[in-house]
Amino acid sequence: MADATTAAQSAPAHAPAQRRVPTFNGYSVWAMYRFQMVRFFRTLGESLATPVITTALYFVVFGSAIGSRMPPVVEGLQYGSFLVPGLIMLSIFTNSIFNASFGIYFPKFTGTIYELLSAPISYLEIVIAFVGAAATKSVILGLVILATAYFFVPVKILHPVEMVLFLALVSFAFSLFGFIIGIWAQSFEQLNFIPMLVVTPLTMLGGVFYTIDMLPEAWQGIAQLNPVVHLIAGFRWAFFGLQGDNVAISLGVTVVFVGVLLAVVAWMFKTGYRLKN
Amino acid sequence: MSPVLSIRGLNKSYKGGLVALKDINLEIEKGEIFALLGPNGAGKTTMINAVCGIVTPTSGDITAAGFDVRKDYREARSRIGLVPQEMHIDIFETVWAVTSYSRGLFGMPPNDAHVEKVLKDLSLWDKRKTKLMELSGGMKRRVLIAKALVHEPEILFLDEPTAGVDVELRRDMWGLVRQLRDKGCTIILTTHYIEEAEEMADRVGVISKGELIVVEEKKALMRKLGKKTVTFNVNEPLTAIPDGLKEWQLTLKDSGHALEYTFDTQAERTGVTSLIRKMGDLGIQFRDLDTKSSSLEDIFVSLVHTPKAEAQPKATAQKV
Repeated sequence: MADATTAAQSAPAHAPAQRRVPTFNGYSVWAMYRFQMVRFFRTLGESLATPVITTALYFVVFGSAIGSRMPPVVEGLQYGSFLVPGLIMLSIFTNSIFNASFGIYFPKFTGTIYELLSAPISYLEIVIAFVGAAATKSVILGLVILATAYFFVPVKILHPVEMVLFLALVSFAFSLFGFIIGIWAQSFEQLNFIPMLVVTPLTMLGGVFYTIDMLPEAWQGIAQLNPVVHLIAGFRWAFFGLQGDNVAISLGVTVVFVGVLLAVVAWMFKTGYRLKN
Repeated sequence: MSPVLSIRGLNKSYKGGLVALKDINLEIEKGEIFALLGPNGAGKTTMINAVCGIVTPTSGDITAAGFDVRKDYREARSRIGLVPQEMHIDIFETVWAVTSYSRGLFGMPPNDAHVEKVLKDLSLWDKRKTKLMELSGGMKRRVLIAKALVHEPEILFLDEPTAGVDVELRRDMWGLVRQLRDKGCTIILTTHYIEEAEEMADRVGVISKGELIVVEEKKALMRKLGKKTVTFNVNEPLTAIPDGLKEWQLTLKDSGHALEYTFDTQAERTGVTSLIRKMGDLGIQFRDLDTKSSSLEDIFVSLVHTPKAEAQPKATAQKV
């Protein structure tokens, strides 16, 4: 700090700034969002390689090896193509949860959460930045997996705009869910607990590899209680126009899911649950 | 002039029954350097965290720069900088990245020139591209200070800022704190190094078991609570304190070669003159004498080990 004195004499270095904080703290949100995204892009290869390779293997095994021996799901739609929306959703669910939960758990783990808690920001701004960054990563991942799918199977998208919107909405919803898990978790083991115990079974039973009407009749009713079924059905509609009558339900389920999660996050920040004290 | 920081009736209790803060009342003026002293677990960090929004108080009102820290938390927090006691840093990021991030996080527009100036003032400019994991402990501490300063706060909390840093860096930090004060920044620091408070603070607060037992101008505190010790180096060694000197409650030191007398500088009669006279009467001659004033550390130790009822009457300058 040899130059501290001379520097201070030359100009006011740390004089308090005059300020007025706006209603929406855009600079703060951008700083948090950018910080998360820079980390993602710094490890872009690792972030994308694993899900892309996993999905490619699904296409090879289920799309080509098994799918080639199966009859078309509906006329003109091969099983391999049918898998594409479900596999994208599968990656979106797991990666959204992982990215968002890790994003908020890491500052808790390192202690840097103190800075977030003492910053002039609302919980909603924190959510927008952290969940927004996690959702952005998932959307990028989803699009990369879609591009990968073109190498293995023919893919058509009947409603591309709706497909992207649905992708973004589901990414945001599951990122929000992951964000809550990240706040709740008190160890790395707990960070994986909910995804492994709840999300993976719901996803595997959610119609990634089949349509619900392929299930025995008794199971079809039970499957309707699984929200993942509706999310995958809605996304699949955007691709192939299948099960169009379920789109409203899919959107409704997603919006209700987001609403409930936002309420939980608001409660967590208001009470400081596993954040403060 | 209204205080830049006002704390009224602040209490913090935890679910398990631990009472961390008890009815804290404190006002700090703009441009002050205020040192908060107290043993481990006294409540120093809890108090700072309550002001900064990291801990939710059980009750009480806090305003920073005129803004309620709960109702107007955006305005209040944007004016506060915090250097935490623990080394909470993202070790995988660079010095530049974390410092720029902190500026943005506190709602300030990007200003690379200002970030550069802060890093240069803290001798971190050469390390701006270095990941924090590669820095020494002292350098990491500087990064925490840079992060707290980069959004140009009006109030800066330094929670044990020089814990574990070398003497040179400690001196540098003291210089920096004075510069900040000269520019209008209010500094509240907690420290274990009494020397630090003695060197820098305008006022001193002592917190013990969650209670603020004394708030006083540093000089006045030292004057009021300060004791002086006079040591007589006697010509002939003594085996015991003579009966005639019992009333002065002397201590025999240096194998009987020295007699030590401690007295209250504020007392109407210090007793030194009568002691010397009495020693002369008893034929006790001394070669020379040393005098020593008590340090802030001595005062601090005596305060935290004194029941509140005894300490409180002396704390006359608590501005509430």
